Amino acid sequence: MNSTGIETTAIDFAKRDGWNRPQVIEPEGDGELLEVAMGPHHPSTHGVFRMDVTLDGERVVHLKPVFGYLHRNHEKIAEGTTYLGSMPYTDRLDYFCSLSNNWAYALSVEKLAGIEVPERAQYIRVITAELTRIQNHASAVGFLIQDMGASGTPLMYAFKEREKILDLFEQLTGSRMMCNYMRFGGCRVDVSAAWLDQVRKVVAELPKFADEFEALLTSNEILMARTQGIGVLRPELAISAGVTGPMLRASGVNYDIRKVDHYGIYDRFSFKVPLGDHWDVYDRFMIRLLEMRQSIHILEQALKDVPAGPIMDPKTKIRNFRPKPGEAYGRIEAPKGELGFYVISDGTGNPYRYRVRPPSLINLTILEDMCLGNNVADVVLILGSVDIVLGEVDR
Amino acid sequence: MALPGGDSVKAGNEGNKGIRQQEQILKTIEEIKAAIEAAVPGAGVEIINNPSPSAQHSLLLSPATALDVARFLRDDAELAFDLLSNVTGVDWPDKEIAEKIKVKRSVKKLVEGIEQEVDEEVEEVRKRIEPGYLESVYHLYSIAKGRGPLVLRMRTTNRTDKVELPSFTFLWRSAEFQEREIFDLYGIVYTGHPDLRRLLMWEGFKDHPMRKDYVEPDDFEYEPTAHDEVLKRAEAHRQSLPTGQEGAAAV
Repeated sequence: MNSTGIETTAIDFAKRDGWNRPQVIEPEGDGELLEVAMGPHHPSTHGVFRMDVTLDGERVVHLKPVFGYLHRNHEKIAEGTTYLGSMPYTDRLDYFCSLSNNWAYALSVEKLAGIEVPERAQYIRVITAELTRIQNHASAVGFLIQDMGASGTPLMYAFKEREKILDLFEQLTGSRMMCNYMRFGGCRVDVSAAWLDQVRKVVAELPKFADEFEALLTSNEILMARTQGIGVLRPELAISAGVTGPMLRASGVNYDIRKVDHYGIYDRFSFKVPLGDHWDVYDRFMIRLLEMRQSIHILEQALKDVPAGPIMDPKTKIRNFRPKPGEAYGRIEAPKGELGFYVISDGTGNPYRYRVRPPSLINLTILEDMCLGNNVADVVLILGSVDIVLGEVDR
Repeated sequence: MALPGGDSVKAGNEGNKGIRQQEQILKTIEEIKAAIEAAVPGAGVEIINNPSPSAQHSLLLSPATALDVARFLRDDAELAFDLLSNVTGVDWPDKEIAEKIKVKRSVKKLVEGIEQEVDEEVEEVRKRIEPGYLESVYHLYSIAKGRGPLVLRMRTTNRTDKVELPSFTFLWRSAEFQEREIFDLYGIVYTGHPDLRRLLMWEGFKDHPMRKDYVEPDDFEYEPTAHDEVLKRAEAHRQSLPTGQEGAAAV
């Protein structure tokens, strides 16, 4: 019986195929279990998120994530406002990567209304999105080391670099994190030559930072002992559970939406897709470091020739924007995975349906599978390796 | 490499050899429909046209055969839709449609000074109600073939009591949380879902806030908390005390 009062039929799960349920772990000894609520205010949970963990000694035998503490019903709010009115709100989904969120939403509305984006705007989008990816991955690795107990200093290495990139965003958009920068058919303001020079300067220093930061991961014995072989995620399970982004690639599946969909102008740049072999927490962080290097590589190519020209499609109306009835699903490779927007238009100025496909929430589907049988201290690391932001999980 | 795990990450997929995705969708929606109908007899699949420039047409499945069709789409070597990316709900409430119909009616009229019954065509507005439904929309991609999206839809019979649809969680695990979210916000009941609980709203919440006819409560203050029970017990305790001591208990 559920809350609608409708009886749901019980089904024998064992008989269904493809049902990758985590196996039941039998408690050892006298079988006395301890239930622990991790969160919603635990520092390692990166926000208001709770895990109800059942422990047999130190071992996790059961784990249920609890959501909704940050639920604002973003999708309902979007139905009550204009298409453009939701653009600033997308910043608040994954507040580390507001520019990627802007792009994903702009892309799906452009698909819905059939809008072409000018060349210069495409380059600016790639540059800002890749800068976003670098600062997101740097912070994710910094938080990992913080979660393991190295309080403060290593995270600040990451944040020092992140701050340089946020300074660039502030110069361009007026805000460090809530950028609200992209528009349907282009971008809000043009970049100046001075800004591009400054980006080149920051990007030139990034490889050195990546080397230093990688040394933290590859030369620290404690870190390797804590992360290697922990939280293994099999590729079949990862695909079945809809896991995307660095998580999926760390499980050895070659799937990068920049390569598959070629959205924007990604087919013009050469870059590699790093893949993991051991599918564990360590791989997930190595993948992020390697992706940072590939992003630097993309940035170097994109900054070489930013073409002159308009940054907005002149045919697209900003005010009174009413796409024809229909629907579209657009997706991008956001730093955390596949970020998609599904928009239905009924011909009016407000979307009839506006759906965010949140990578952070869907990547958490297999959290229990990865944690079962591990020590409770490893749960913190495994959660950190998923890289979630609660603004996007709960929306 | 000397470090364990240092060589654990290899690089792949160099260059841009892939054909553009738009051209790579060799399978049109009609071809997929034909393949489904060949594999699953009596599938009852219908193409829903999408007039927008995105041209993402969708297939409407009937709930009775949906699991078989979905299993075919996932397991067929040629189609191989292994990634269920997005699952979402849409609410289509009852629509009142007003139609103008010409009706013949006999009317009493004065014709040349004499009252007569004359047949006359009269325009009448008739209202009929088109029943609404809840819809579940799926976006499938194929990692193996690099194709997508294939859009599937399923519709419930109505919006009140017949709101069951089969769960896809057994076929694609990614539906687990997303179906819970739709159950929470739209009230579609997924039969066979292993753990169908509310995802975002709290337990004991009654309505489905994403429905178009949802009315926001006036009182935003009240939310049941664990303290309610404690307060109730404290109040009962106070009541049980002999008169004159309530103040002492409250302190």
